[in-house]
Amino acid sequence: MVPLSWYLALSAALFTIGAVGVIVKRNAIAIFLCIELMLNGANLALVALSGFFGDVGGQLFVFIVMTVAAAEAAVGLAIIISIFRTRESLNVDDADTMKL
Amino acid sequence: MERVLFIIFAAAAVGSALNLIAQRNPMYSALSLIGTLASLSALYVTLHAQFVAAMQIIVYAGAIMVLFVFVIMLLNLQEDQPRIEKQQWLRYLAVPFAAALMAEALYVFRNVKDIRLPAGSDSDRAVGATWSIGTSLFTDYLLPFEVTSVLILMAIVGAIVLARREDG
Amino acid sequence: MTSLLLEWLVKIAVVFAVLITSVAYLSYMERRVAGWIQIRVGPNRVGPFGLLQPLADGLKFIFKEDIIPIKANKLLYLAAPAAAIVPALMTFIVIPYGSEIVLFGKQIALHVTRINVGLLYLLGLASLSVYGIVLAGWSSNNKYSLMGGLRASAQMISYELSLGMAIIGVLVLSGSLDLVNIAQSQSGYWFGFLPRWNIFLQPVGFIIFYIAALAETNRVPFDLPEAEAELVAGYFTEYSSMKFAMFFMSEYLNLITSCSLAVTLYFGGWNGPGVNSHPWLSLVYFLVKVFLLIFLFMWIRFTLPRFRYDQLMWLGWKFLLPLAIVNVVVTSTVLLLAS
Repeated sequence: MVPLSWYLALSAALFTIGAVGVIVKRNAIAIFLCIELMLNGANLALVALSGFFGDVGGQLFVFIVMTVAAAEAAVGLAIIISIFRTRESLNVDDADTMKL
Repeated sequence: MERVLFIIFAAAAVGSALNLIAQRNPMYSALSLIGTLASLSALYVTLHAQFVAAMQIIVYAGAIMVLFVFVIMLLNLQEDQPRIEKQQWLRYLAVPFAAALMAEALYVFRNVKDIRLPAGSDSDRAVGATWSIGTSLFTDYLLPFEVTSVLILMAIVGAIVLARREDG
Repeated sequence: MTSLLLEWLVKIAVVFAVLITSVAYLSYMERRVAGWIQIRVGPNRVGPFGLLQPLADGLKFIFKEDIIPIKANKLLYLAAPAAAIVPALMTFIVIPYGSEIVLFGKQIALHVTRINVGLLYLLGLASLSVYGIVLAGWSSNNKYSLMGGLRASAQMISYELSLGMAIIGVLVLSGSLDLVNIAQSQSGYWFGFLPRWNIFLQPVGFIIFYIAALAETNRVPFDLPEAEAELVAGYFTEYSSMKFAMFFMSEYLNLITSCSLAVTLYFGGWNGPGVNSHPWLSLVYFLVKVFLLIFLFMWIRFTLPRFRYDQLMWLGWKFLLPLAIVNVVVTSTVLLLAS
């Protein structure tokens, strides 16, 4: 059997990689992808705990996290498209004024 | 058997995640994330969470990531040009930051007791099958469920307002 | 354990072989049906009635020159055909193609495997099949391919919603996501003569499902991703030889899977008169039903003109999706009042 701590360690590793990506990357889409990776790291911990404790609550949180991620992707990508239209670039350092 | 499966999929998940931040081309990054999502879906099956595993593929890989790939294609992005960064030093900060974050997570998990994973059952009403998810979602978790629907409505309105051309 | 594994392997091998052969003969059937509908001949030179035509086509595909454009993204260009055909081959394993038969003194269920979220597995793989098309369009570095890929991804996301919503009506009726259970729940008769098929309870659901399936498989009148008059050949403009053949095969595999799913969900699966006493008949019934639905697909292809892009989006979002939601609400209300 796989111990619970393995799943939690994997979840921590994925979250950390995502967090590092958010700092290191300069492309807005890549940063967005790293945020999705962090969400997935958290999801794995939730599903693992839910499975080990036999409680369905954790899986419902994952369900809701997915919905939030979908909403976030829709709005975020719309913002990215409008930034690209005005600045011709997706480098987040170019988006340094509050105007579109 | 389970350990072998776990190691294979965990290695695939971490490998694709590292590839995500190593690639300069956003298309490769997006495809690596799909690799991570698929491996996680397999891990969910080993945790007897079949419904969430299927949703992971349908919602994440099949809808959200298609949207990402669609935008990358629409903007026809090429590789990031290497250029002088305004904040180069931030990159070197990432390594100690990552180490600290990982250490913190492992410190939190140090007292995890190794309980056994309950054996999966073929029953339609087992935890993780569709029946259990549906019943809890519409009884105990009804309020969060309704709130997410409002959130989605706001996201639809926001996305249309943002992506619409003013002159159109 | 080993005998179970062996049974699985044999079933997978047989299903795989049958699927690949039927794909070859569907391409023949499509041209013969086209000839018949348009009052011309169709392929009739290779073998009796042109029956060896698929073999000749296969040889031709293998011997054609394999071209990789210089400016293409090589890795993704090579990966795209595989990404298209693998999900198409994987979907069929959860579809029950018959009841249980006795073979060599052993009870054998005529489905490769059953999963308690079988239908979700199928929808998941169907949603992954868009990547092959999108990657082909993007990696070819050709404006027609790119346009085809963009159109395909928008179209498939839009119609997946209607497809999923249309299926919910059946799920509410049968109360299971396992396709074997769904097929079994449709056995028997109403009033002694009308088969208990879901089509009689969900006619609107079936029409939405069928239209959405046409769009998901990129067939006329929804073949905008490969519209030859506007986009040369759409996302596979640059592909040749066996790579082109793999896209071609995945398209026909998706066609078979959609029709099999329609039969399982709406037309009673393998049910029919005399199945209980002669289990072999179930396989025949299933194949005949699937064949008829595929014929309907081809009939539509050679009868209707292509939609314009804005009409396609209008139909998906403003007509089919609201109709599917109304269908779900009405079905559940009636079920609630009846129980």
